[in-house]
Amino acid sequence: MSELKSGSNLEKVLKAGHFAFTGECGPPQGVNVEHLKEKAGYLKGCVDAVNITDNQTAVVRMSSWAASLILLQEGIEPNFQMVCRDRNRLAIQSDILGIYAHGIRNMLCLSGDHQKFGNHPDAKNVFDIDSMQLIHTVKTMRDNGTFLNGQDLDMPPRLFIGAASNPFAEPFEFRVHRLAKKIMAGADFIQTQCIYNMERFREFMKKAVDMGLDEKCYILAGVTPMKSIGMARYMAKSVPGMDVPDSLIKRLQGAGKGKVAEEGIKFALEQIEEFKEMKGIAGVHLMAIEWEHKVPEIAEKAGVLPRPSV
Amino acid sequence: MIVADRKPLKELLEMVKDFNKILIIGCKGCVTVCNAGGSKEVGVLASALKIARKKEGHPLKVDEKTLERQCDPEYVDQIKDTVDGYDAIISMACGVGPQFLSERYPDSRFFPALNTTFFGGAVQHGIWEERCAGCGTCVIHYFEGVCPIARCSKSLQNGPCGGSNEGKCEISKEVDCIWDIIVRKKMEHDRLDELLEFRPPKSWTTARDGGPRQSIREELVI
Amino acid sequence: MRISYPTSVKIIQVPCTGRVDILHLLKAIEDGADGVYVAGCLEGECHFTDGNLKAKRKVQYVKKTLEEIGIEPGRVEMFNLSAGEGPRFAEIAIEMFERIKELGPSQVNIKNAA
Repeated sequence: MSELKSGSNLEKVLKAGHFAFTGECGPPQGVNVEHLKEKAGYLKGCVDAVNITDNQTAVVRMSSWAASLILLQEGIEPNFQMVCRDRNRLAIQSDILGIYAHGIRNMLCLSGDHQKFGNHPDAKNVFDIDSMQLIHTVKTMRDNGTFLNGQDLDMPPRLFIGAASNPFAEPFEFRVHRLAKKIMAGADFIQTQCIYNMERFREFMKKAVDMGLDEKCYILAGVTPMKSIGMARYMAKSVPGMDVPDSLIKRLQGAGKGKVAEEGIKFALEQIEEFKEMKGIAGVHLMAIEWEHKVPEIAEKAGVLPRPSV
Repeated sequence: MIVADRKPLKELLEMVKDFNKILIIGCKGCVTVCNAGGSKEVGVLASALKIARKKEGHPLKVDEKTLERQCDPEYVDQIKDTVDGYDAIISMACGVGPQFLSERYPDSRFFPALNTTFFGGAVQHGIWEERCAGCGTCVIHYFEGVCPIARCSKSLQNGPCGGSNEGKCEISKEVDCIWDIIVRKKMEHDRLDELLEFRPPKSWTTARDGGPRQSIREELVI
Repeated sequence: MRISYPTSVKIIQVPCTGRVDILHLLKAIEDGADGVYVAGCLEGECHFTDGNLKAKRKVQYVKKTLEEIGIEPGRVEMFNLSAGEGPRFAEIAIEMFERIKELGPSQVNIKNAA
């Protein structure tokens, strides 16, 4: 982690030792670019980079690369995402070259939710390579200057490679090893799945720090403020790999009518405060999907504004 | 074995709606073992079709025959004096059967009675599960004798993904997360560090992706 | 016991209802029976342990098949009684007879009568 790999804003912020703060935005289910610009507009200046999801939950939306380009044009740094579900290694390498040529510098490598979840369950799934192999692919192209098959690239795409980590999926004992494996494969930064069970996450981070993973890679803790009790229950029951403790649901219930969202934000702010001090955590990834207009308020209250200029 | 399920009766009745005399041919191979297309199932299908057609006042003559297998020319040859005289012939073998029959008897019309699905085995009387995807490059020994290509919904080779939930796959509570099983087996046998080894991208050339395949035993070809 | 039951009920004796096959039931309908029922031992009391349970599953399968091809699944049924229950035997015969009378002749017969 000595010389800059991509020169992206996110990379520079992390390298300088600042507490990074990233956001997220979903592309439109159509070509309504104005609405996308509006949502992203709230995040401008509040975060170091914005994740642009790739057909998330297997629901078809505008491609991540296209929406990322739009954000770039608006002066916002995107975290381009690519899933392994929809593309084979040809299209993947092809798109990596394309996005880099257009100025995108951060790339998150994910497996992708199975198409059964989405709105086109009849589709064939690809999974030519998995997320680990995708990380390896980007690293090979960047650091070896070759395609996956060993053939030389005329010029390598110098991307900042990201990956996801779910500390709560099972088997729990293996998750930190999988994180280590992703870092070995080439991940420069990690964003975790949204955290609610702080105790379990502290346990996970302790193991990660013991293994020295925080020195090889920047780890950003995922935070999603709970908007309602319904949302908390839904996430506890229906989202795979999510750990929502009963104590949180009780706390939200105790907040009183009309005050649940406020309590949810309060909890998120408490988490952010703890993450600022937690060993091994380099920043926070705030996922306030379809609640982008709340991000400036949260960022302000979390004391992360103004964002560092690097 | 190859596992298959019989097509719904409505679909089969639609297939034979313009015919008056048909032959149903079963197979004593895989489809007998998974109770989809053996002589018993041929009998049941014949009876069901006849009942349905009697009800319509448009009777159907159905003859029944079961071959040892429909994937060997010697057995397929056995019906050469029987195939004529039918409007259509329904094969209750896996997808191979009706094709072999079609090739051998180009003047007859063959219909598949089954939807062939996977390579698997019986886990319980009456329940068969997929175990093999026929990828052509078997690597189960790297995964404690378990195949992630066939049994992981995403065919991950460096799994599990973040969707593994209480030992079940994100797609359904009925489906085991095979990576959960692999990881636990590795932990049990103190071989967890083997999972830290990066599995490189798989070559799919030996799978169906590489095109229709052939298997040749040179020493047997005359 | 000399209890009477409808004459249109024809009895086929089997050592255990487990011996009854899907094809026996289907062919009965195919050959024109307006109804066919299986009378087995009470559940838990099968002389051969679970023959009557197997018969129950086969009857379910035949009902499903009949429904798929547009024949009333009620024409095939499974009943359970003890060997000593003479009056119950007659009761079942009458119940089935009434049910079939209600359903009318099997459509297999109607179309073929003409």
